[in-house]
Amino acid sequence: MTKAITVAGLHKSFGRTHALDGLDLTVEAGEVHGFLGPNGAGKSTTIRVLLGLLRADSGAARVLGRDPWHDAVELHRHVAYVPGDVTLWRNLSGGEVIDLYGRLRGGLDARRRAELLDRFELDPAKKGRTYSKGNRQKVALVAAFASDVELLILDEPTSGLDPLMEEVFQSCVEDERNRGRTVLLSSHILSEVESLCDRVSIIRKGRTVEAGSLAELRHLTRTSVTAELAGPPDGLAGLPGVHDLDVQGLRVTLQVDTDKIDAVLRSLTASGVRSLVSTPPTLEELFLRHYQEDIGSTTPGGEKAVSR
Amino acid sequence: MTAVATAPAPARHSRLSGRLAGTGALLRLALRRDRLMLPVWILALGGTLVSGAGTLAKLYDTAAKRADLAESMNGNSSLRALYGPVFADSLGALNAWRLGGFMAVLAAVMSLMIVVRHTRDEEETGRQELLSSACVGRHAPLASALLTALLANAGVALITTAGLAKSTGTTAGSAALGLAVGATGMAFAGVAAITAQLTESGRLAKGLAGAVLGAAFVLRAAGDTSSHDASSVLDWLSPLGWAENVRPYAGERWWALLLLVAAAGAQSAVAYALAGRRDIGMGLVPPRPGPAEGRMATAYGLAWRLQRGALTGWAAGFAVAGLLFGGMTKGATRLLGDNEQTKEMFRRMGGQSGLTNAYLAAIVGLLGMVAALYAAQSVLRLHGEETGGRAEPVLANAVGRLPWAAGHLVIAFGGSVLLMTVGGLGLAAGYGEDFGRILGAALVQVPAIWVLAGLAVLLYGAFPKAAPATWGVVGVCLALGWIGPALNLPRAALDLSPFGHLPKLPGTPMHWLPVLSLLALAAALVGAGLAALRRRDISG
Repeated sequence: MTKAITVAGLHKSFGRTHALDGLDLTVEAGEVHGFLGPNGAGKSTTIRVLLGLLRADSGAARVLGRDPWHDAVELHRHVAYVPGDVTLWRNLSGGEVIDLYGRLRGGLDARRRAELLDRFELDPAKKGRTYSKGNRQKVALVAAFASDVELLILDEPTSGLDPLMEEVFQSCVEDERNRGRTVLLSSHILSEVESLCDRVSIIRKGRTVEAGSLAELRHLTRTSVTAELAGPPDGLAGLPGVHDLDVQGLRVTLQVDTDKIDAVLRSLTASGVRSLVSTPPTLEELFLRHYQEDIGSTTPGGEKAVSR
Repeated sequence: MTAVATAPAPARHSRLSGRLAGTGALLRLALRRDRLMLPVWILALGGTLVSGAGTLAKLYDTAAKRADLAESMNGNSSLRALYGPVFADSLGALNAWRLGGFMAVLAAVMSLMIVVRHTRDEEETGRQELLSSACVGRHAPLASALLTALLANAGVALITTAGLAKSTGTTAGSAALGLAVGATGMAFAGVAAITAQLTESGRLAKGLAGAVLGAAFVLRAAGDTSSHDASSVLDWLSPLGWAENVRPYAGERWWALLLLVAAAGAQSAVAYALAGRRDIGMGLVPPRPGPAEGRMATAYGLAWRLQRGALTGWAAGFAVAGLLFGGMTKGATRLLGDNEQTKEMFRRMGGQSGLTNAYLAAIVGLLGMVAALYAAQSVLRLHGEETGGRAEPVLANAVGRLPWAAGHLVIAFGGSVLLMTVGGLGLAAGYGEDFGRILGAALVQVPAIWVLAGLAVLLYGAFPKAAPATWGVVGVCLALGWIGPALNLPRAALDLSPFGHLPKLPGTPMHWLPVLSLLALAAALVGAGLAALRRRDISG
């Protein structure tokens, strides 16, 4: 499979702030790639570098095989971008903006434009000033999905959409994937990421801390296990990767690193299992674990201070 | 407390104070935001008025010299159009004549910027919505904006009065000058208070208030070319004419100040009434739907779409101003009075045609300086698009930075040619003769306009944070062109303004060297600015 985006060791500073500190990112062609991280982690800065709007201090970035800084215009023929905060011209109608953006890219599919306006229930005749936040977002989304491009870069594109429109958005992304297009999706909506993304990259403080499929990432976290045993447990505390072990007679609850679960199950069956409940980590737990600075020891307040 | 509030009269009072609730907090916010801008404006305006007297005192150190100056200046209609008539030949009166009109215009500009900045701009950006969700009354934003303008204008009046009282020897005259400038500022604060209620866009609100100021200037100038003592009907139609009629240092007419104060008060009242009747963020005209499909296909098309309204308005203003000034040419250059000295000067200047040429050259120069304001504003639209977050999504398409910038620059540079053409044709049409010569004289201003526009491109491209400083540079050039010559500033200072290098057409021979040099300089500035723009980060 070819790579749609490859980024290696990207650095970018604004004065004394190091926004990107050696960021890596690989997006395969044809996949929907989740781009995650706490506020201020550097997601939007990365996206602006990928669009050639910012010039990286050091590091390599290739988008669709091109240098985003030097070949910006040629590259942008094949890219559609939706910013998280869409600003429109107050005296231009939504339809005018959609058509303008389409023409400024590789072109616009008129049939798809009409279909998208219908699906998103957007009135294209209203002026920019009169749209709500969600409707401004829809203008940018319709322009992006109706454009004839290979790569869509979506920066928190659904932050203003209602749940119904969120569903429309997800089906549009599915359509894009089915048509073989690549999507880089920055999002805080975990259900969206879970249902759409083939792979995700998690960044923190300008660095990539994790990348892979959700299944792979889940593998790196803890599963909680509750079991009723036939006999007293034996040697559980000494197994690697076991945390928060609590034994109440024959009842055992514990947390175990998901990749170490095999040994725990062996030990439990050796004592005889009457009942067993094993819960995989929720996505929230997965992300909280990665967003926090020192895993397990940082409070949400402390994390916030760090990300500023 | 509650018992009092339920009584009818206090209830009414509390409703009124409710509409103004939070004014103090908003005023402090405004002063905090403008902590740099306000002192600069106040010191620049007050300081210029005060130091002008010192310069004049050195240049015209005897009563005879001053009388001579007053006589000859008053006999020249083109100078009266620029500065108004001289009412007396004391040092204070000459200073007030030379600087008062210009400073009153600048006080008006300062005031309209302050008022729109703290009212419509806040609504347009959405910041007002959050502020208004707190304990902030419906009238508080307007009240705090007007108070900010009042403080700024009071500062100018105070510095002027205190600074000039000693050097001119009269407190009354100095106070009259300071108050005339400050009250003019407040009258236009009132204009801006109204335009800020009418439009949804802060830029348009400033533009409309600026158009009113321009009309007031044209009326005042037209009135002063046809009368020697600012008594023409046209003078009385213009707030700038009222300010002139305060006559500082020449038998102050304090009641003329009342006209300005009454105008400020009445306009503020209208603005309050409008503000109480409309929805936040909305203008008075409800937004109409636009086309569901667009025809724009290029960055040029977008730039044209964004800028065409402003250019049309400016062009219409230039046409009207040109026609008006042109129509007055013959009356203005007729030999006025039978004063020997005036006749002598008249002969020295080449008689009827010499005087006509001088008048036309002065008007053409004035149009050129105003066109520079248009060009700077049009170039800085790039800056507005970028800081407003609208450049980023456009540049994320297959649009190079240069074509994107060029779209706006073509309008800025081509638009200034259009304005000078329209203004020149209007002038010639009003005068009824000499189309070719007058149009040529108007177009010769273009290289100087382009240099200032080019400077704006350089600042925007290389030092985007400093781009608004363009206004400072343009302001200094206008000041040099307007008040510089009479202050006998050293040639080196006058040469700082590109307008100072232009041949004074019509009436003097054409010199190509300065014109071509300015064109080359403008091209270099644009080139350097665009080169820097290609290299830097675009802010989102």
